[in-house]
Amino acid sequence: MDFLIQLVTDPLGFWSSHTLLISQIAINSILASSMFVVLYSGQLSLAAPGFMAIGAYTAVLMDIYLHTPLALNIATGTVLAGIVGIVVGLPVLRLRGVFLAIATIGFIEALSLGVILNLPITGEGLGLKNANADPLGGINLVLVSLVVIVFLLWRLTKGRLGYAWTAIRQDELAALSQGIDVPRYKLIAFVLSAVLAGYAGGLESHLNFFVDPNEYGVPRTVQVLTFAVLGGSGNVVGPVVGALFITTLPYVFQQAGDYIGIVSGVILIAVIIFRPQGIVGRGGFAFVRPRWWPTARASAPSTG
Amino acid sequence: MGQQILNAIFIGSIYALFAVGYTLVFGVLDILNLAHSAVFMLGAAVTYTLVVNHGQSFWLACALAIVVAALMGLVIEYVCLRPLRRRRAPPIAALVSTIGLALIIVAAIEQGRPGTLFAWLWVDGANSVSLPGGSFPNPTWNVAGLTLEGSKLAVIPISIALMLLLGYVMRFTQVGRGLRAVAENPRAARLMGIDVDRMIALTLVISSALGGLAGILFGVALGDISPYIGRDSVEVRGLAVIVLGGMGSIPGAVLGGYLLGFIEVLAVVVLGSNVRAGVAFAALFLMLVLRPQGFFGAQLRERL
Repeated sequence: MDFLIQLVTDPLGFWSSHTLLISQIAINSILASSMFVVLYSGQLSLAAPGFMAIGAYTAVLMDIYLHTPLALNIATGTVLAGIVGIVVGLPVLRLRGVFLAIATIGFIEALSLGVILNLPITGEGLGLKNANADPLGGINLVLVSLVVIVFLLWRLTKGRLGYAWTAIRQDELAALSQGIDVPRYKLIAFVLSAVLAGYAGGLESHLNFFVDPNEYGVPRTVQVLTFAVLGGSGNVVGPVVGALFITTLPYVFQQAGDYIGIVSGVILIAVIIFRPQGIVGRGGFAFVRPRWWPTARASAPSTG
Repeated sequence: MGQQILNAIFIGSIYALFAVGYTLVFGVLDILNLAHSAVFMLGAAVTYTLVVNHGQSFWLACALAIVVAALMGLVIEYVCLRPLRRRRAPPIAALVSTIGLALIIVAAIEQGRPGTLFAWLWVDGANSVSLPGGSFPNPTWNVAGLTLEGSKLAVIPISIALMLLLGYVMRFTQVGRGLRAVAENPRAARLMGIDVDRMIALTLVISSALGGLAGILFGVALGDISPYIGRDSVEVRGLAVIVLGGMGSIPGAVLGGYLLGFIEVLAVVVLGSNVRAGVAFAALFLMLVLRPQGFFGAQLRERL
């Protein structure tokens, strides 16, 4: 509670004493918006940490070996994540629902356990030291990025692309029969999500003196998915709220001490039971709803 | 080589037993029960605590641990799943509530130290422990250069017998027919006079009992009992197994379990232990891209 009291009574002190936390919330929010893009287009892709790893390692390696400026490092990592996104997206986007989720888990685990932990250049299991990190100064860049990304995604979802994604999410076959180029729009969403995750990875690596290979595995992806589901993915604000909620939970309930895991679990269950569609608005998860699942409408559309 | 094959069959049996419970819930409910790996861990932890801290006999401890796991199945149903079904939530919401429960179970064990709230449940905190040598029967033989440990050997017939029993129940008994009817179409099943909620509760009980037993076998035979064995050893691999075998297919999960055991052991022999997990997930990724329906999932509609 001290945490919330300080936020209200002493915002400036809060800002200076919790700079790292605020940056982390913003990074997590960017990740959540990366998850939002794929969910909004009806794809349960869990590949975000893989693209993050690509963004982070590329940025740090360029800094160590080429001494290029930060902007170029992060940009290269982002572009590389996008390219890998195209390569991975082309074969896996034929899969739907849980199958896509598990294929993307296969991708991130193969990448982190098979590649990153075994290449000498990535420091194998030891990770990489990032001497030029700037944990406190990076916050402005991170916050500006978050605002720009959220705004762009909000505009995108209100435009042609957003309508195409909504159509695909609600019923892929119907979208196809309306002349929407479904594979193309799905790939756009997947690659955009990869780019955002790569960018978040690059930013995060700039805030930490150490790139930890264990950060980019399944626990991370489960966490990011929880942001999106708990916040609700009907619009871009939902996942951001989810990220904010979950990232600050341990601070808000500081008194729980060692029992924070139990408190968090209870709160997760309570929130999802009372707001099944997410904290913000309707979830729009028709694409993973089994055909027998009871819906509010009189006749549920068959989702296969 | 013989020893390696034996290891593959042993670890494959554990994977299969764990995955059968996973796939049973998915087949009936179309939900991934992410608390399953926590129940796996709880089975092992309860057995250890009863034997070491409460001085019970090994067999009684095992029986009680299976009962606890089965009760946990009821908790999953009544706390995480039924309220969401009542509120017509999208199935992906169940992902968050089961993650929440898994978080609670793992945190409760993790915090268990002498003098804390959960000291009666666990006193070793985050450490990995093993049952003391004399506390369970473990005859060891040396045959033709192979070391045969009774505790590992026993895993194989126990798993196979239980999976055959489950197959028999599903195929030939009234309960099994009811479960398959619910999996096929809950609305029609309800019209036929089947108590759908009770069938779902029963599914969770069977699934969790099998998961808990898999945990006991794993913890006892490998001598590795910690709050993290579920998350680290079987959670993602269990997903891989049920995908390899075709989602919701019990024979598929059994075959997938043994296949993953062999792939992993083969990867260790051929490529060294570093890339073991990476290879398994690369195989999973390829499998999904090339044959998304799994081995037995050709007719996705026909489950269990």
